[in-house]
Amino acid sequence: MKPQSLFDKLWSRHVVVPETREAPAVLYIDLHLIHEVTSPQAFAALKERKLPVRRPALTIATLDHSTPTTPPDGNGALAYATPEAAAQVQTLIRNCRKHDIRLLDLDDPQRGIVHVIGPELGLTQPGKTVVCGDSHTSTHGAFGALAFGIGTTEVGHVLATQCVLQRKPKSMLVNFNGETPQGVTAKDMALAMIAEIGADGGQGYAIEFAGGAVRALSMEGRMTLCNMSIEAGARFGMVAPDETTFDWVKDRQYAPRGPAWAAALKAWRALPSDYGAAFDKEIDIDASRLRPMITYGVSPDAAAPVNGVSPAPRSDEEKRAAEYMRIEADRPFSDIPVDRVFIGSCTNSRLSDLREAATVMRGRKVRAGVTALVVPGSESVRRAAEAENLHLVFIEAGAEWRRPGCSMCIAMNGDQGAPGELVISTSNRNFVGRQGKGVRTVLASPATAAASAIEGRIADPRPYLQETREMADAV
Amino acid sequence: MRFKPLLSLTSKTIVLPQDNIDTDQIIPARFLTTTSRKGLGAFAFYDWRYDEDGAIREESPLDSHDPVERAILVAGSNFGCGSSREHAPWALADFGFQAVISSDIADIFKSNALKNGLLPVEVDQKTHQRLLNNPGEELTIDLEKQTVRLSDGWQTVFEVEPFARHCLLEGVDPLGHLMNQMSLIEQFEVERA
Ligand code: SF4
Repeated sequence: MKPQSLFDKLWSRHVVVPETREAPAVLYIDLHLIHEVTSPQAFAALKERKLPVRRPALTIATLDHSTPTTPPDGNGALAYATPEAAAQVQTLIRNCRKHDIRLLDLDDPQRGIVHVIGPELGLTQPGKTVVCGDSHTSTHGAFGALAFGIGTTEVGHVLATQCVLQRKPKSMLVNFNGETPQGVTAKDMALAMIAEIGADGGQGYAIEFAGGAVRALSMEGRMTLCNMSIEAGARFGMVAPDETTFDWVKDRQYAPRGPAWAAALKAWRALPSDYGAAFDKEIDIDASRLRPMITYGVSPDAAAPVNGVSPAPRSDEEKRAAEYMRIEADRPFSDIPVDRVFIGSCTNSRLSDLREAATVMRGRKVRAGVTALVVPGSESVRRAAEAENLHLVFIEAGAEWRRPGCSMCIAMNGDQGAPGELVISTSNRNFVGRQGKGVRTVLASPATAAASAIEGRIADPRPYLQETREMADAV
Repeated sequence: MRFKPLLSLTSKTIVLPQDNIDTDQIIPARFLTTTSRKGLGAFAFYDWRYDEDGAIREESPLDSHDPVERAILVAGSNFGCGSSREHAPWALADFGFQAVISSDIADIFKSNALKNGLLPVEVDQKTHQRLLNNPGEELTIDLEKQTVRLSDGWQTVFEVEPFARHCLLEGVDPLGHLMNQMSLIEQFEVERA
């Protein structure tokens, strides 16, 4: 048999009706995640056509985008940004009740950002198809799943039929060869890759990430990497499952148990790409040469090493971006003052991310005049972080410790920067106005964001990480 | 959703030459707290059209034409990148656009647009450059023949995913197509269990 890639295997196992020239394939969906922003119109479409939700048990809902990250007031009321935001949340609650869909409601101890809770609950598993009305659904590909973002009309299709209509995209293999140096994280790998292939370099492709540096990543790191596939234009990002994956999934709430676990393992072990599997495109990145990265423009591919200088604009586009960012050419990034710091989002809000930020912040202070916000990705992350007293590290440093949600990643719940402010953010998009009108966003890893909070300027985290290592060695 | 069949379209263009116009520009996130898909045209490119005080920005071409005259948006490359929000095509369609032309259009946006009667048209670099250089030009987009014709007779072809094209031409709803395959879907579930 012809050698198959992980992607080929995932795809072919979910084809209900094969693709023809006239029509896309009908692809079966194993896990459907929904949230309050992109689902109301899908439920409305169902209602209009008097259709039921066909397999309610395969959809799970959470509240994350419009939800406040501040605690409820004395009467239990939440500080919604607008009445519409509150109505949107109520609409999802109503729709879930009506259609018998499990909702991680506002008071649910497992609620969190949609791409954080799926893996946490063990719902995201190798070999599954996972969709959500959200472009960062690629995150779940970290488990060797076929995970991709869809639009609201398609959310309706999944609710009504448990299927979507899709044409198979081309495939791309991105190899991170070698070992990453100390202080270089999955976020830096993602930004380096996007800088290399461009914001549309993955357009029309499903990316498989491979190579020594990817195998060495934790599940959290793999999720960060797959999360940002879409910033390179690729709807799908994936990593072949291995022992790291299985260890992570094992014993989680929805993970298979007993004999079912053994059977699942056997199937999952057969998923990785066969030797000699063909890809439409292959890219090699030398991981040993990577450095901590930041972005300096308004597209995620405008990324460069943090210890470098800002490049001269090469087009009108880049000139406009530089003007918006107020970053002149040939300026060391470390000269650029920071007004606000955001540590959170489905890219970097998991426990390991918070640990990374806390390592830098421990015993230090956020620079006067800088506001820092730390938002855990889920209630489970919040509890785990608090059990380790990470919240105290942040609070003592002068940062705010919030309730889980998307928060300043998309700035639609009231958490946002003020016009003109420069925000260093662990989220995934540096688009104009993404974090508030006129806000200038610099994307970075949690360590880089934390170091920048302390210096009040864009800062290289490596000296801080080095110091911590030396201290640990001395003990 | 059902739409009027779209066969061909003749209209003037509005040009936004910037590359990488993301869906956060097309409709900023603060307008996403809606539970309806209607009326979003008012928020299309909101921060490009209005300044801090809510006054129309002179430099923006978006409000400079009678809406009935400009149903075609010409934009820089990688149009519609970023978030998968279907609110973006809803907003553009409600604003009066029936087609958007670029050299390349982001995958999810393209798929969303096609489901909402907004035709994404990807043209070759040369045509793209011509269109970018001539805002307000009158074009004819023929979906049946898959051609874009300029006023001086210049013509180029484009491709639309055949199924989406069929749905647009016939006013057919893709959900109906999926529902028609229900017995195969059920069979798939049985065989896998
Ligand atoms: S954290 Fe940001 S990118 Fe992730 S789901 Fe929320 S809004 Fe989207």
